[in-house]
Amino acid sequence: MPAIDDPNLLVGLKTSDDAAVYRLTDDLAIIQTVDFFTPVVDDPYLFGQVAAANSLSDVYAMGGKPLLALNIVCFPNCLSPEVLEQILRGGAEKVAEAGAIIAGGHTVQDDVPKYGLAVTGLAHPKKILSNAGASPGDFLVLTKPLGTGIINTAVKGGLAPEESAQAALETMLELNRKAAEVMVRSGATSCTDITGFGLLGHAAEMAQASGVSLEFWADSIPVLPGVIDLAAMGMIPAGAYANRDFLTGRVNVPENLKPEITAVFYDPQTSGGLLISVPAAMLDLMTEEMKREGVRASVVGRVRERESAPIVLL
Amino acid sequence: MPEIKKVDCRGLACPRPVIETKKALESMDRGTVITVVDNDTARENVTLFARNTGHGVEVEKINGNYHIAITKGGTGETRNEQIKELTPAVYLVTSSQLGQGSPDLGQVLMKSLMVTLSEMDRPPGALLFLNTGVMLTCQGSPVLEQIKILASKGVEIISCGTCLEYYKLKDKLEAGRVGNMMEINGFMTDSTKVITIS
Repeated sequence: MPAIDDPNLLVGLKTSDDAAVYRLTDDLAIIQTVDFFTPVVDDPYLFGQVAAANSLSDVYAMGGKPLLALNIVCFPNCLSPEVLEQILRGGAEKVAEAGAIIAGGHTVQDDVPKYGLAVTGLAHPKKILSNAGASPGDFLVLTKPLGTGIINTAVKGGLAPEESAQAALETMLELNRKAAEVMVRSGATSCTDITGFGLLGHAAEMAQASGVSLEFWADSIPVLPGVIDLAAMGMIPAGAYANRDFLTGRVNVPENLKPEITAVFYDPQTSGGLLISVPAAMLDLMTEEMKREGVRASVVGRVRERESAPIVLL
Repeated sequence: MPEIKKVDCRGLACPRPVIETKKALESMDRGTVITVVDNDTARENVTLFARNTGHGVEVEKINGNYHIAITKGGTGETRNEQIKELTPAVYLVTSSQLGQGSPDLGQVLMKSLMVTLSEMDRPPGALLFLNTGVMLTCQGSPVLEQIKILASKGVEIISCGTCLEYYKLKDKLEAGRVGNMMEINGFMTDSTKVITIS
């Protein structure tokens, strides 16, 4: 795509970021993002909620506040309109929980249902958190456990324990709102949300955009209950392998780390958490406040000076 | 008689190849399941599943498809016995010291045991640490060096999560990984020889 050099386009295509940011005035910027996908859970109402939480997340990942949303729907004629009603009701409730408004939308006929939102948000231009601001010495905080891709695969195969399926659903339904609010007021330097490219895929984008390397502590990375066992059973989605292969040569992995553990770090997430870089001096303040707000924040690594591999797993 | 079953999973999306392989394995006492898949994701997942459920696995590429041969049980009595012979022992360590009596002596003996194990030609299959045993895998342990050598030789080092939590050692674990009772029990029941160190 052609490069754009409008000085008001604060975040565009260049840094593989979560959303576009455009400066309207010196103290107001508009954030725009769009995301939609096929059902990840059977219940249409819950699918609507998960899809909306996932779409809203890109605004939160930039440090913004969602304002307006438009529905994007693909829907087959052969399914009952009630199913669509439930998807839209789920989406609308999640958008309301985010304090935003659904102002319209568009539906096309398609063989497989798909749903998501185009979201517009606002932020102060100087408080935008792109994925390009991480500096050496910063700590890395992850706000949700990993493993929704693996659990959703196991659910399809009828092999997921109830506890795992429930935990995955809860994490997918959770808005990144509180995590983002705390992050913005506690001096974070950079942020991205963890979705289809998995933790390490999105981390590699952050490392690239920020010109640094990111070190992760494998033992400290939170995972959903039962995920490692399910991965060991071969419930790893194709996307996780694709992410791993795409990052070949860019991730330094210790030899003794088992494939079922590394698979979780490459696992594509639906409505995943935020990966935040924060200066050491602000770390405790931020994680403690997140915990008070009910966000499951974990310190998972540190930012290093740029070295040959952008991602180093310890 | 060992059976041979072929499972054609070409064209099936993940996780179906694993599910079909699992069903075929469960339907036989012993024998070989040959799962045919046409993509790398299915090959890796089926292989991972088969290895982690304790089966023998061989993969061959034929005409662009992967033929994954998974062996369940031995192919005959003698072979079964050979496998038994070759299976390394599992050590269940339930205390930070070896034996009752003087704690100083208990510590010296434990160190001596770990040094011996770490120098064996055929090291154990796994060391499972429970109760005060978990202190041996954590910061400040006098046998950390030996346990790390064992880990580097491929010995599974597993510390009981509940015990680490109880002794507030969860963030002090230095060697191996955390396991739950189900996993620890799995090692004990799957192994032909379990040696308890208390």
